[in-house]
Amino acid sequence: MLPVSEAVAATPLAPRLTHVDRVERETADTVTLHVSAVDTELPPFAPGQFDMLSALGVGEVPISVSGDPDDRVTRQYTIRAVGAVTRALTSLRPGGVMGVRGPYGHPWPVEAAVGADVVVVAGGLGLAPLRPAIHHLLAHRDRYGRISILYGARSPDELLFADEMQRWQSDVDVAVTVDAPSAPGKAIPPWDGRVGVVTTLIPDALFDPHRATALVCGPEVMMRFTARALADQGVTGERVYVSLERSMACGVGLCGHCQLGPFFVCVDGPVLRHGLVGPWLAVREL
Amino acid sequence: MTAQAASAAGDAARPPESAEVIKADALEDLLDGLGRRGYTVVGPTVADGAIVYDELTSVADLPRGWTDEQSPGRYRLARREDEAWFGYAVGPHSWKRYLLPPTHTAWSAERTADGGMRILDDPSPVPRYAFVGVRSCELAAIAVQDRVFIRGPFADTVYARRRDEVLLVAVNCGDPAGTCFCASMGTGPRATTGFDLALTELLDDEGHRFVVEVGTAAGRALLDDVTHRAAEQRDVAAAVDITDRAAQRMGRQMDVTGIRELLYDNLEHPRWDDVASRCLACGNCTLACPTCFCTSVTDVTDLAGERIERQRAWDSCFTLDFTYTAGAPVRGTTRSRYRQWMTHKLATWIDQFGSSGCVGCGRCITWCPVGIDITEEVAAIRGTEPDESGENET
Ligand SMILES: Cc1cc2nc3c(=O)[nH]c(=O)nc-3n(C[C@H](O)[C@H](O)[C@H](O)COP(=O)(O)OP(=O)(O)OC[C@H]3O[C@@H](n4cnc5c(N)ncnc54)[C@H](O)[C@@H]3O)c2cc1C
Ligand code: SF4
Ligand code: SF4
Ligand code: FES
Repeated sequence: MLPVSEAVAATPLAPRLTHVDRVERETADTVTLHVSAVDTELPPFAPGQFDMLSALGVGEVPISVSGDPDDRVTRQYTIRAVGAVTRALTSLRPGGVMGVRGPYGHPWPVEAAVGADVVVVAGGLGLAPLRPAIHHLLAHRDRYGRISILYGARSPDELLFADEMQRWQSDVDVAVTVDAPSAPGKAIPPWDGRVGVVTTLIPDALFDPHRATALVCGPEVMMRFTARALADQGVTGERVYVSLERSMACGVGLCGHCQLGPFFVCVDGPVLRHGLVGPWLAVREL
Repeated sequence: MTAQAASAAGDAARPPESAEVIKADALEDLLDGLGRRGYTVVGPTVADGAIVYDELTSVADLPRGWTDEQSPGRYRLARREDEAWFGYAVGPHSWKRYLLPPTHTAWSAERTADGGMRILDDPSPVPRYAFVGVRSCELAAIAVQDRVFIRGPFADTVYARRRDEVLLVAVNCGDPAGTCFCASMGTGPRATTGFDLALTELLDDEGHRFVVEVGTAAGRALLDDVTHRAAEQRDVAAAVDITDRAAQRMGRQMDVTGIRELLYDNLEHPRWDDVASRCLACGNCTLACPTCFCTSVTDVTDLAGERIERQRAWDSCFTLDFTYTAGAPVRGTTRSRYRQWMTHKLATWIDQFGSSGCVGCGRCITWCPVGIDITEEVAAIRGTEPDESGENET
């Protein structure tokens, strides 16, 4: 009866098939998969966007793209095994087949941040969705002011992309901290760096609080405390961006699972301005 | 009466611009015309003690002489004093089951000879449905789901392909149920838009007949195939009177003034604890609601792993699993889940889709096993529930 939009051609829920080219172990439970499309190339992504990854026959989960946005051939995903689907994905070997659809969601505001300082604050696996933004900032280094990367992990063996972090250090400020230098029952390399939660790095970071943009990703409590610590330094919620995690069964605004108040985290996020989303995050169990 | 209710009543009072009349016998010809055009005709019929939607083979399948009595947590069929075909309100089913089936295959894949996998095209033809007996609130519900499934950033192809083929024959309500409040929501009881044909059933001294309004060219062609005459002034007046009187006899009402702000300002209202102590979190309300759209997916494989299907099914925000994130449900309590459901229907929906997610059909009230009443919950939060606080008694 009604004319239906042309978008109807193909179901947005069917994935493209990809091959795993390489698997890099990051930590005991986390790997980075390098994948490429079997037939048609995957559409380019912007830093902060995610794909829906299918472990065929097991299920589908949202995973942020963690590689370089300028790499048009290979997609990288850094995945922690926590349940059925992520276990199946992290068990894939080179040559393995996996479904990908995307990219989805609102990216980090790397364009809006041009001309001023950028503070990147990552907690744990939260560094993965920020890594494409870091790639972008480094590739266009001259367009930004001071860039600070503040990264906190639970313990030294949980640090992601440690070699890369060394290289980044030559172009930008990098500060790393761990919650605890050792963990009972775990053989952990000796740590002579900072100890403490990631927010403790904020007062020492150099940025102009009145113009800086902050990109923040990590567990929700970490993001809440980070936004508060940034506010204490004078960075308002209007320039603090967080990437949220919610249950997602579609990634495209159709399944209803990811709602947070008026937002569909899949299409309105995952990156949202803290000034906008903070009041909703503050309501328990929303 | 709220502003919206007043304007709805205003709409209902406005006589249709042009109308025709068909005799009751001609309804069979109309159904035949749909069949000839390749439509599968779906409409109301009596099954298992309720008026449900199912495929119709003739007017004999219609719930002739039946009506429904509804109140919170209660539904009962009753005989009417007349032989009306559409003399009830709405049943447990809604048309959404035909536009997005309760379970369906999103896509499937099979193993190829070389050991890889291949995503299969969906070979199933799109069913062409004609819905007969669509209520005004249901037209509004379909329009709500259109905004969710077709007008958003990504179109749901399962819904959109079916929706594109549907022909809608509305039948105006003369007998609202005890749980109806479409007049408050501005969605009824007279159908004013979104139909191919809209009928008003008349059983008076001049005989059993329908006043027919044409909404589209497809509706026009269908009507032209059956014996009809131009409506006279008194036919039109009788039809308008039916819905005018229905508007006055709504079993419930909801004051929707500033409802978005009301709920946003009351996310920690004690009433959420109160309703949580009654709610079973069974999800009946979401299944019965004609606008609720949430789904989940699961993968099904054959034993040999040669074939994979991703199956999609209606889901409910009342389940604990619905929000599992980072090792725990976001909404772990019934309080938070009822709050999500009601706040979504009446408030966040407005931000998301530009309209209320509630059309006032009353199904969630009738089919709630413990009779939780969304209109009463809103009234309680507004602080105007009569038997809760004496000062606000009206
Ligand atoms: C936008 C976005 C981006 C993301 N990016 C990444 C990323 O880059 N890397 C990454 O590793 N993850 C990422 N995630 C998280 C990832 O999607 C989840 O870890 C994944 O969905 C988990 O799925 P699963 O099937 O493996 O685990 P699930 O089976 O869903 O389990 C997840 C956790 O919940 C628990 N759980 C689930 N169901 C139950 C139950 N019924 N009862 C009790 N406990 C239960 C499990 O024990 C486990 O701890 C992202 C999420 C979002 C929304
Ligand atoms: S919330 Fe209740 S009254 Fe409103 S449309 Fe849904 S079922 Fe009908
Ligand atoms: S409101 Fe009623 S129908 Fe809905 S989940 Fe609660 S008990 Fe079930
Ligand atoms: S993930 Fe399905 S609506 Fe957001």
